[in-house]
Amino acid sequence: MSVLTYREAIKQAQADALAADPTVFLLGEDIAAAGGAFKVTDGLMDAFGSDRVMDTPISEQAIIGAAIGAALKGARPVAELMFADFAGVCFDQIANQLAKYRYMTAGQVSVPVTIRLANGAGQGFGSQHSQSVENWFLNVPGLKIVAPGSVEDAYGLLRSSIADDDPVLFFEHKAMYNVKADVPPELVPIPLGRAHVVRSGDDVTIVASQAMRRRAEEAADKLSAQGIAAEVIDPRTILPFDYESVAASVTRTNRLVVVQESSAAGSWGATLVARMAAECFESLDLAPVLISAPDTPVPYAGALEAAWIPGVDDICTAVLAMDRY
Amino acid sequence: MDLPDTYRAMARIRRFEERLMALKESGEIPGSIHLCNGQEAIPVGACGVLREDDYVSATYRGHGWAIARGVGLAALFAEMMGRDSPISGGRAASPYLSDASRNFIGENSIVGAGVPIAAGAALTAKHRGHGAVSVVSIGDGAMNQGNVHEALNLAAVLDLPMVLVVENNVYSEMSRIEDMVRVHRLSERAAGYGIPGTVVDGNDVDAVTAAMAQAVGRAREGSGPSLVEAMTERLVGHYSGDAQQYRPAGEVAAAKEREPLARIRQAADAELTARLDTIEAEIAAEIDAAVTAARAIPFPDPATVTEHVHA
Repeated sequence: MSVLTYREAIKQAQADALAADPTVFLLGEDIAAAGGAFKVTDGLMDAFGSDRVMDTPISEQAIIGAAIGAALKGARPVAELMFADFAGVCFDQIANQLAKYRYMTAGQVSVPVTIRLANGAGQGFGSQHSQSVENWFLNVPGLKIVAPGSVEDAYGLLRSSIADDDPVLFFEHKAMYNVKADVPPELVPIPLGRAHVVRSGDDVTIVASQAMRRRAEEAADKLSAQGIAAEVIDPRTILPFDYESVAASVTRTNRLVVVQESSAAGSWGATLVARMAAECFESLDLAPVLISAPDTPVPYAGALEAAWIPGVDDICTAVLAMDRY
Repeated sequence: MDLPDTYRAMARIRRFEERLMALKESGEIPGSIHLCNGQEAIPVGACGVLREDDYVSATYRGHGWAIARGVGLAALFAEMMGRDSPISGGRAASPYLSDASRNFIGENSIVGAGVPIAAGAALTAKHRGHGAVSVVSIGDGAMNQGNVHEALNLAAVLDLPMVLVVENNVYSEMSRIEDMVRVHRLSERAAGYGIPGTVVDGNDVDAVTAAMAQAVGRAREGSGPSLVEAMTERLVGHYSGDAQQYRPAGEVAAAKEREPLARIRQAADAELTARLDTIEAEIAAEIDAAVTAARAIPFPDPATVTEHVHA
């Protein structure tokens, strides 16, 4: 085993993809000479040259558009959006261009673009730099959405995202960049579209991704001390979502709690709850619970931001309330 | 191309658009269409200087670019009829035409959005070093879109082999472009990106050819992007149902004296006129045959609606 951070895993995945495939190249703001705002591409320009690790102007529409055009002509670009919130600047290129090109050309061409986006709250970046925005894209058929919640997944899912012939939005949680983990010396790609049962248990199913997955694991520890065995599932891929794995768990636990670091409306959590209510109605002892952030922008002040992000206690409280039935 | 050939190429586009409008009026084209009548010299002049491996992108007013690039007329008619066409199988229609086999990246229905994509194609061309050039057409109104600004600057700083053709037909959809900008010529903006910008009479196919040969040659030799503003006039509305009440009386009639085909006719002697008449008869037969072939293509199987979302 070796110790790797989430940041190092993502950098390693890009380095390995660059080495393995000459059509792969990276582009984004400050990713080359500066090594990235979060240093996720640090050293890659020196290793692979400025034609394959490219700095761009502060022009998100041009970055994503250029990635699309390059992909149409045989390249496999990896574009970085420094903060996931900036997807709002280039929403057209993602939602109207990238996602639809293959369909509108009836499959004449695939568009193997990977967009890396730094997601998530918890670091005082305020309303325009702290959102988890994967839910913005749930209603855009044609995209795949990946949200790794562990070091090993960050490496394996990014390799698979870059190798995938479809466009992939790869969300990195920026509060996790320094998370360390023991990983096997030989990291391997992990298939998209498969959830991971992080922790097994028979009493309740908790589904959570990225920072919320870590809080769900903490909650499961606390609940365990009270005699409740929680099963924690990390979906890992948000689109396509592995409903089967969640359904299989709920069929056993009869209880479902979903935790997400965003507001509830129009979210993957809401979709999951609706779907499980329909598909696993007979298995559920009581209504599924969705724990999400309030319907406000992400606040700045530490006390407010901490109140905004769903916490370990919120999860424990929800599970214990269920347990009273 | 010599004169009869350029006339043929432009007449093919004009008669295609005219037939398309007739098919629209008779109910055979379900969707909205944006015709390029009067602007044919621009795609014909531009595509005339391109290689097969160059890339072409256009706007929703891009039927002329598709045809000049060699996309089959029957496929185009079939696609717009909502049939299972060999290009997009009825998923695209008039404003999203594309044909990968012709390196026609395609039209775009979001104003200006094709320019960043064309820049990306140019980036691939530059990396490969095979001299291919990415030509992208937009309308005058698109010069006010942020995506065009971002893409032009990116192309400039990376010295990308891209040529931006601005088809200035004086109308930004249904408003006069002079009311929407503070520059006299849109090509003046090229200086702001540090790239060459020229204005050309877009109704003169030879002038377009000369300007494009220079801009494409510059891009091909690695000297970076250029902007070519081609002045032209729309002989029809912004879209198929446009009543054009915003256009002054007599404007379209005057434009019909200056449009590319009329201009050639006006200068033609009796011998050339006879040749042009022959070409027109041949084009009419070509269009008839294409419509017949398109009608023979079935409508898409509804069971295939979910196909082609993912690879």
